[in-house]
Amino acid sequence: MTIEACPDCDLLQRVPEPPPGARAACVRCGHVLRVGVADGFDRPLALSITALVVLLIANLTPMMGLSVVGRHASTTIIGGCVDMWLAGEQITAVIVAFCALIAPVAFIILIGIVLMLVRRPPAPIWAGEVLRWAGSMQPWAMLEVMMLGVLVALVKIAELATVQAGLGMYAIFAAMLLFPAIAASLDPERLWQRISWADGELPHVPRGPVQAVE
Amino acid sequence: MSTPPLTARGAGLVACETCRLVVRPIAPGHAGHCPRCGAQLESRRVAAVERAWALLIAAAICYVPANMLPVLETTALGTTEPDTIMGGVVLLWQTGSWPLALIVLIASVMVPLGKLVALGWLLVSVQRGWTQGRADRTRLYRMVEFIGRWSMLDVFVDTFTVALVQLDPLMSIMPGPGVLFFAAVVVLTMLAAYSFDPRLLWDPAEPRESGHD
Repeated sequence: MTIEACPDCDLLQRVPEPPPGARAACVRCGHVLRVGVADGFDRPLALSITALVVLLIANLTPMMGLSVVGRHASTTIIGGCVDMWLAGEQITAVIVAFCALIAPVAFIILIGIVLMLVRRPPAPIWAGEVLRWAGSMQPWAMLEVMMLGVLVALVKIAELATVQAGLGMYAIFAAMLLFPAIAASLDPERLWQRISWADGELPHVPRGPVQAVE
Repeated sequence: MSTPPLTARGAGLVACETCRLVVRPIAPGHAGHCPRCGAQLESRRVAAVERAWALLIAAAICYVPANMLPVLETTALGTTEPDTIMGGVVLLWQTGSWPLALIVLIASVMVPLGKLVALGWLLVSVQRGWTQGRADRTRLYRMVEFIGRWSMLDVFVDTFTVALVQLDPLMSIMPGPGVLFFAAVVVLTMLAAYSFDPRLLWDPAEPRESGHD
């Protein structure tokens, strides 16, 4: 049981820890405050390591190839960004690289670090900083959008030439499924409860509001 | 008169935006830092309405060239053909892949426009202090937050089309100036959504405080 203020409507409420598979939603606006997870530590860590391996494959193998009149071309995620850069669209190249590559990889690595640190509580104070960074990467990781984008590009090009999906494509598909699985198996509150407090106190589950520090 | 529901602000408390810990500020108007994660505490996001408006207006300005300028330029056997977002939709439709045409139309044209309108409406509703339909407007905000990323679709389509179709001298596809504006619309509307504070939708009408809490 924790006291939480809904991030969407600020209503104060006591939130019980939901059983696995259940969710605790704000009574006023319906925002999902906590998700019930079976173990919350080992499963997301296993999924994160899997996702890291899969992302490695996704980035090192060609995503798609094209053949026309005896010529062959193929591309990877990085290749797409490099071509965009060379074509004079540097800012777009950076945005694409960030959403398709940097944010997903950073999220997986950062959340993996936190999950390893909290295995032996109390985790050091800087684990909180890493967790905060992971959280800010999450909305920019757009693997599923990129996957659909690649499919649309393939259909468009299929009019002009023969296209094949490469191994990288299947890897991205797998990563696309792993990301929501990681999010669903994580309860950030449980992670925070195992991280040392910035004010030097050991982690403890607060019963009520605590005093801010300077 | 019934008592209003107790919010963190109403109770003189602040919820940390990073780790969600509910904290009693060290002094009113000066929240301090979260004792658990060390983040700067703020009762409401600083200048949420102003920042969201600024980003939203910038996005609306970029929306025009994003749709007018070509996102792709196809060069085949010496002739160059520009392609706008709508042109791409029409092409997909004509080649018979209407489900994809529909997806691109929704993701690239309707979602960005819908986001601009929805965020503008939410901001106006906060500034006017509307009390009706708060739950519905909060749901609309969550939808804007959730759906926003999908408008990046066309940027990915263009990137990988350019990357793959480089078959000089037969045919090559280059990005057009529109793609930068299009990416800017997506990023700016996402940033606008994150600068907005949905808790403002629920705050009781009161003389607007200036500056930060």
